[in-house]
Amino acid sequence: MFRRIAALALLLTASAASAQNLRIGLREDPDIMDPTLARTFVGRIVFAAVCDKLFDINAQLEIIPQLATGHAWDDPKTLRITLRPGVKFHDGEAMDAEAVRYSLNRHLTMQGSFRRGEINTIESVEVTDPLTVLIRLREPSAAFLAQLTDRAGMIVSPRAAEAAGRNFGLRPICAGPYRLTERVAQDRIVVERFAEYWNAASTTIPRITYQVISDSTVRLANLQSGALEMVQSIDPDDVAAVRRNSRLRINITDELGYQSITLNIANGPRAQTPMGQDPRVRAAFELALDRQVINQVVYEGMYTPTAQPVPPTNPLHVPGFQPEPRNLDRARALLREVGVRTPLAVEMTVPNSPDLRQAAEVMQAMLREAGFELRINTMEFASSLQAATRGEFETYLLGWSGRVDPDGNTWTFIHSRGPSNDGRYANPEVDRLLDAARLEQDPARRRDLYAQIYAIAIRQDRSRIYLWHRKNIVAHSTRVTGFTAVADGLIRVQGLRLQ
Amino acid sequence: MISWFLRRLGQILPTLLILSFGIFALQQLMPGDPALILAGEERGDPAVLAQIRAELMLDRPLLEQYGHWLWRLLHGDFGFSWRIRVPVGELLLDKLPVTAQLASMSFIIGVAIGVPAGVISAVAKDKPLDWLMNAVALFGISMPNFWLGIMMILLFSVQLGWLPPSGYVPLWEDPWQSLATTIMPAFVLGTGVASVLMRHTRAAMLGALEQDYIRTARAKGVVERSVIARHALRNALIPVVTLGTIEFGRLLAGAVLTEQIFSIPGFGKLVVDAVFNRDYPVVQGVVLATALIFVALSLVADILYMLINPRLRAA
Repeated sequence: MFRRIAALALLLTASAASAQNLRIGLREDPDIMDPTLARTFVGRIVFAAVCDKLFDINAQLEIIPQLATGHAWDDPKTLRITLRPGVKFHDGEAMDAEAVRYSLNRHLTMQGSFRRGEINTIESVEVTDPLTVLIRLREPSAAFLAQLTDRAGMIVSPRAAEAAGRNFGLRPICAGPYRLTERVAQDRIVVERFAEYWNAASTTIPRITYQVISDSTVRLANLQSGALEMVQSIDPDDVAAVRRNSRLRINITDELGYQSITLNIANGPRAQTPMGQDPRVRAAFELALDRQVINQVVYEGMYTPTAQPVPPTNPLHVPGFQPEPRNLDRARALLREVGVRTPLAVEMTVPNSPDLRQAAEVMQAMLREAGFELRINTMEFASSLQAATRGEFETYLLGWSGRVDPDGNTWTFIHSRGPSNDGRYANPEVDRLLDAARLEQDPARRRDLYAQIYAIAIRQDRSRIYLWHRKNIVAHSTRVTGFTAVADGLIRVQGLRLQ
Repeated sequence: MISWFLRRLGQILPTLLILSFGIFALQQLMPGDPALILAGEERGDPAVLAQIRAELMLDRPLLEQYGHWLWRLLHGDFGFSWRIRVPVGELLLDKLPVTAQLASMSFIIGVAIGVPAGVISAVAKDKPLDWLMNAVALFGISMPNFWLGIMMILLFSVQLGWLPPSGYVPLWEDPWQSLATTIMPAFVLGTGVASVLMRHTRAAMLGALEQDYIRTARAKGVVERSVIARHALRNALIPVVTLGTIEFGRLLAGAVLTEQIFSIPGFGKLVVDAVFNRDYPVVQGVVLATALIFVALSLVADILYMLINPRLRAA
């Protein structure tokens, strides 16, 4: 009898203890936990628990209030934001308009800030009253508000930031539902529930531990064995195994970004090839590819083939602009028309990851049938980035994590002044349309502008080949309820319950 | 003895200086721009890149960068991780106990299995027991650590639920849980060490058993167990100690693959991530720390020789 009571007590204690701590597996270690200086995607997952933003996005990619309760454009260059009353930072200080001004200026002026480029259209930030901020822009920007749904919109405690200086990232003090209490580099980040959070009713789990587990097989093993309750990233290959396990659940959403092939059109001597100089050769290259087959072979058919940078879930996705079906006859005809000798050698730089290598190999086989000889140049990621920036590539297989606003998926890559336009594509008409799309506030007209951009940059000039939108695949134990998947791939802790 | 010790110290310092320059120079040969990696998805912004380069002195001449780093090093400052802005010295102190624990456990397993197996194999030369030991040793040397690690996780963690699949708990926080998190990676690493030690112990024992003093001991009627343990093994241990020291040093340098598989936050994982992120201060710090450890172990090995072999003490 005593043994049974003891066993029951032990079981209840263990259950209670485990219900106190939600363990989430991350695929890599976040970088510095300072919203102004951070740059990694996994860091944003932890930020989702620690630092609330002025605005957030919902599953429909609509911008919704968070620290702000509303906004209004006084004119195309003046944004008025009203703030939520009664919000406190983790140090007990009140979150007010002055804190917002401080944070935005910090993002703009701090040495090493990675947010500056995101909100550099800000001319000034004014405090109208304790709960109202006026942001004046240098020029109208339809994409600006979306920037405030990410790290640029995170508000930090001015007192804590001033006191900590550049060490703020070691213990960030924000206004999120949890506060960071422990960090062991490359191992774990522990956050504990902030009882004075403005929406405290939405969070019940006392503690969350973000565990860094690089290997995807081991991450899944941890979930299957119960050592983790949730995993940020599951490989497509492992989805079936998760689905077979009755104690696990899986959430799959389209990402905000894409996988594409960057084409070197005008970046240095490596662009002086038939592939770089003639859009018909690039067209033939694209027509030789069957995205659905590659997707099926490498990703179990889970990804969404695409011809544009914006996923179907985005309201500004251009319906009707679809990938062209594979057409070997037309591909071969184009190469004959250009007069190149076949097989035409083309090099593809591929970052050294198993799935990208496999995708490149499938493409190699497809392209051979059209008259291309694809040489796969597998390269370590950092080296490949440098090679791309220097123009030391012909084609480059690289993904983009994506932004809420289509401007974040296009301007920087296709505009002639785009900082990430590694192929150095330039078309004045496309530039004009991209700039116009930045200013246009009406969604329908904006979508039409993007349709025109794609028609020229993608279909006519063949400046880039968009392949597919990947998936955010989050798996969790059945003990976890209340999880809502959003296209940005973040794990929002509000509403999560752990049984 | 003291003069010998001081002489050895005098040899170490120039070695470390040359090594520090070597580490620094070799990193510059690596392709990939640290500023691009640190900039992440903002890499296309020239202003961001210029800022990063200025902050990290990447826009200065290499000799100036090296001099600045060396000067700070001589003041006990290993610099900061460019990625997470934590002092490198702090990272090293955090990771060293982890790696030391894993290395020690692996070494104990390796020695506990490898040395006796080598002795048994030598004594049972050309008999089935010898063949079995050799086959097991070959298996241990040949098997990829990462494969063995994943198989053990699938068996002991997923199927049986006996052990946690990955992660690390410090010894002082919870000894039992610490043991549970490190026993599998220690076994994975230990099997490799055991196999190497077994082969060398066997060879050294066979050599020792053929010596005249062994024949004399047997002729004088010494019990065979004593002949093997007190006479043969003691002499056979000299090369084994050398090898063991090297193996332990190798373990301390960080078992990269094993730490990645089991998510052990030790030196191996630290340096791999630092290399991929071009976090130069961390790479430099880890390599220098590892070199210091090897040098210290080499000293320990020399002292152990003297303890084992009285003739060396007199010399």
